[in-house]
Amino acid sequence: MADKNHSIKKVSIICSKGTIEDVYAALVMGNGAVMEGIEANLFFTFFGLEAIIKKRMDHLHTGVIGNPAMRLPGGSRMPTWMGVIPGMEAMVSSMMKKEMDKLDVPPVSEFIELFVAGGGNLYACKLAADMFKLKKEDLSEHVKGIITVGQFYEIAGGEDSHIIFT
Amino acid sequence: MAQKTYAGVTVEVNEEGYFTNPSQWTKEIAKDIAKEEGIELTDKHFEMLEYLRNRFTSGEQLSIRGINKSGIVDVKAFYQMFPGAPLKKATKIAGIPKPTSCV
Repeated sequence: MADKNHSIKKVSIICSKGTIEDVYAALVMGNGAVMEGIEANLFFTFFGLEAIIKKRMDHLHTGVIGNPAMRLPGGSRMPTWMGVIPGMEAMVSSMMKKEMDKLDVPPVSEFIELFVAGGGNLYACKLAADMFKLKKEDLSEHVKGIITVGQFYEIAGGEDSHIIFT
Repeated sequence: MAQKTYAGVTVEVNEEGYFTNPSQWTKEIAKDIAKEEGIELTDKHFEMLEYLRNRFTSGEQLSIRGINKSGIVDVKAFYQMFPGAPLKKATKIAGIPKPTSCV
């Protein structure tokens, strides 16, 4: 058990990728933090922004090409060429979502609601939002602001605070 | 195995203070544990504790998502009822083991 005086008080998690597994890793970490009574911020940048774009957040995919850990049902490795078959990515993605649902992992929009209900904060990266031509109204209503890296560091500061990049 | 005395009754708990024998739990005991956690229990709290105990007895995994489905309170209110680490606190007061789910 860690030193009680220095237990984690705040985590700021940066989500920079938009695949199902990358986004869920950030959401599970963030929601897990608020459930422990730890202050939590989620900061979405670059392709991670997919997770907070209203129209896209519940339609994320998993990449099937260039992922050597991808397995077929039964456990053998999925050959790279198989990933280019039309519909493969959609099929794998829907299987991932189905398996997660069995474990009571909610869809992204509902997960974000749970996180916010627990007091968690959501932010979007200004540079990436500008690059992708995104406006506040394109994003989930739970996003507190589109902020710069400087503002992010201000928010992330404080004693026993941690920054996690995913 | 540790023991603790709540409301004049000695109960078996683990090293984190969670009940190892949920059948030893009573409402009076719950009030005492809650006091230790700085919470004054209301009827809503008891409704929630009963819900959690029922879910546990029927062998279901407890999760924060499940609270929304309980029909008792929403997640936001749940966080307010058991401030800090809500599911951990609520299960402790409900006299059931600490939840093992990540969501």
